[in-house]
Amino acid sequence: MAGASSSVKSSRPLGKATRDAFGRALEALGESYGKLVVVDADVGNSTRTEWFGLKYPDRFFNVGIAESNQVGVAAGLAAAGHTALVSSFAAFIVCNAYDQLRMSVAYPRLNVKVVGSHAGISIGEDGASQMGIEDVSLACSLPGFVVMVPADETSAKAATAAMLAHEGPVYLRVGRPDVPKIYDADAPFTIGKANKLADGKDVTIVANGLMVAPALEAAEALASQGISARVLDMHTVKPIDRDALAAAAKDTGAIVVAEEHLAHGGLGSVVAMNVAEIHPVPIRYVNLHDSFGESGSPEALIEAYGLTAAKVAEAAKAVVAAKKS
Amino acid sequence: MKGVRKNVSESIESLKALARELRKDILKMTTEAGSGHPSSSMSAVEVVTALYFGGFLKFDGKNPKAADRDRFILSKGHAAPVLYAALAHKGVFPHEELMTLRKFGSRLEGHPNMLRLAGIEASTGSLGQGLSVGVGYALAARLAKNGSHTYVMTGDGELGQGQIWEAAASAGKYQLDNLTCIVDRNGYQQTGSALDVLNMDPIDGKFAAFGWATQVINGNDLEEVIDALKRAKATKGRPTCIVSLTKKGFGMLKLLSKLKDENFHGKPMPAKHLEEALAEVEAGLG
Ligand SMILES: Cc1ncc(C[n+]2csc(CCOP(=O)(O)OP(=O)(O)O)c2C)c(N)n1
Ligand SMILES: [Mg+2]
Repeated sequence: MAGASSSVKSSRPLGKATRDAFGRALEALGESYGKLVVVDADVGNSTRTEWFGLKYPDRFFNVGIAESNQVGVAAGLAAAGHTALVSSFAAFIVCNAYDQLRMSVAYPRLNVKVVGSHAGISIGEDGASQMGIEDVSLACSLPGFVVMVPADETSAKAATAAMLAHEGPVYLRVGRPDVPKIYDADAPFTIGKANKLADGKDVTIVANGLMVAPALEAAEALASQGISARVLDMHTVKPIDRDALAAAAKDTGAIVVAEEHLAHGGLGSVVAMNVAEIHPVPIRYVNLHDSFGESGSPEALIEAYGLTAAKVAEAAKAVVAAKKS
Repeated sequence: MKGVRKNVSESIESLKALARELRKDILKMTTEAGSGHPSSSMSAVEVVTALYFGGFLKFDGKNPKAADRDRFILSKGHAAPVLYAALAHKGVFPHEELMTLRKFGSRLEGHPNMLRLAGIEASTGSLGQGLSVGVGYALAARLAKNGSHTYVMTGDGELGQGQIWEAAASAGKYQLDNLTCIVDRNGYQQTGSALDVLNMDPIDGKFAAFGWATQVINGNDLEEVIDALKRAKATKGRPTCIVSLTKKGFGMLKLLSKLKDENFHGKPMPAKHLEEALAEVEAGLG
């Protein structure tokens, strides 16, 4: 599936896949980051780090299908003063090399950038073994890591730049299919600061990644039914934007969290943990329940697993009703 | 070695014909799916054909859960189509079902899922894990004293995974002569030639250092494969590694060279070339 592309359905105009935007940004940033090195594990043509590799062959290392070693090698390069970036499918880089991320990167707080591509069920036909649906939870459990999940090509490009500018370990999640455009080229992107894409007073939809476009679509549908929804793109899961969550809870009194990730430990968990502490309000979730994905077209899976604007709108209506009762 | 092939039911010529059928199935189902790994599947056809239909694997398609069955683990799970084709010809499921590969709801997922389909002995797709599971099966068979033999196929790129060598060391320690690992040495992995990406040669030497018996064979030659499997079965006191020298996409090599893509990794044959590919397989020239 190396080079093949696919896309998800939306009423918004389609942009590039976030993995493509990441790959182009990395290639461009290679110039100003002279100490940037990239370690691949035989998937550079899927993750798009090969574009950096073709331009900077001396700063690109392919260690073979060996993610644990890949992360350890990056740790060594980082400890020696480089900014070291590793990338593979989210499922492999996070799960296969978790102890190495924990012990060799997080514990010594090294400047290693970890990019997990092919995240979520939206990769489609390859099926569960290749779908990272627990990566955000695991990455958030690495002390000191920043964790980002950009929604479209513009924010993936900005997130790549922010990741390199940040001193310390970062996990960046990107996806395989072409996704709808959310932002103009000059949109703001600050680590830890949510972007308010629509304002509203009845409910706040907190989304990231693939779910931002359906969240906006849901807000439009809700507006026509007299429900006014705020939409936050929570592109940084850690550190979470507590100010934006506090305002959402106080101003709208109800929250829906939408993400392409397992319920446990994802954005929903992080939002709930913080809102419960700051200003408890009813919350509903649109995410993956306690199961693996499977093979199928991205569209069929998104529908079957309920990652749609209709499900977000349904959850919003339910949480607004819960607030009133 | 007497008796090893006592349930051989087919002559070498009919086995070769069956191998051609598996190749055609692989091509058709991946083209129909619009994704998948036909070239990775086709290099492995002779080994899979010999195992399932050459009298080696004690496996009844109508009773795929028999406790004392032999097991085949496809550690390089992306080559699932070759396994599905074999299981269909074994009668585990109807042959037409092959065309549901990778579709929503199908038991024939992109990578093997043992929860969904009988005959799958390990859920694979994250490379590097199958040989350890094979060690577990081999140890269990020793405890059960049921004579079950486990065969594991890995890729050559897959040998980059450290877990492979952890498994190799443990199989050597326990002298598992009921375990055979076949390395599908097709010379390519995802991003290029296996020698360029990560040279693991000598593969046989590495396994030998962990206490394995080793053989290096032409893995696209059915007779050689059969002889190698016979020797593996007869080897006592240690596991066997067969380094199976193959060609990725064997059966459609002419077409791949015309398409200027010898690796052809993770791509289905475009529908416009399918007939040509099938004709080349039928001609059987390699
Ligand atoms: C742990 C892990 N990392 C990366 C991948 C992605 N991947 C799928 S197939 C493949 C190349 C496999 O090469 P090889 O083992 O030689 O098998 P071949 O396709 O050549 O038969 C890679 C890197 C994977 N499936 N699992
Ligand atoms: Mg190979």
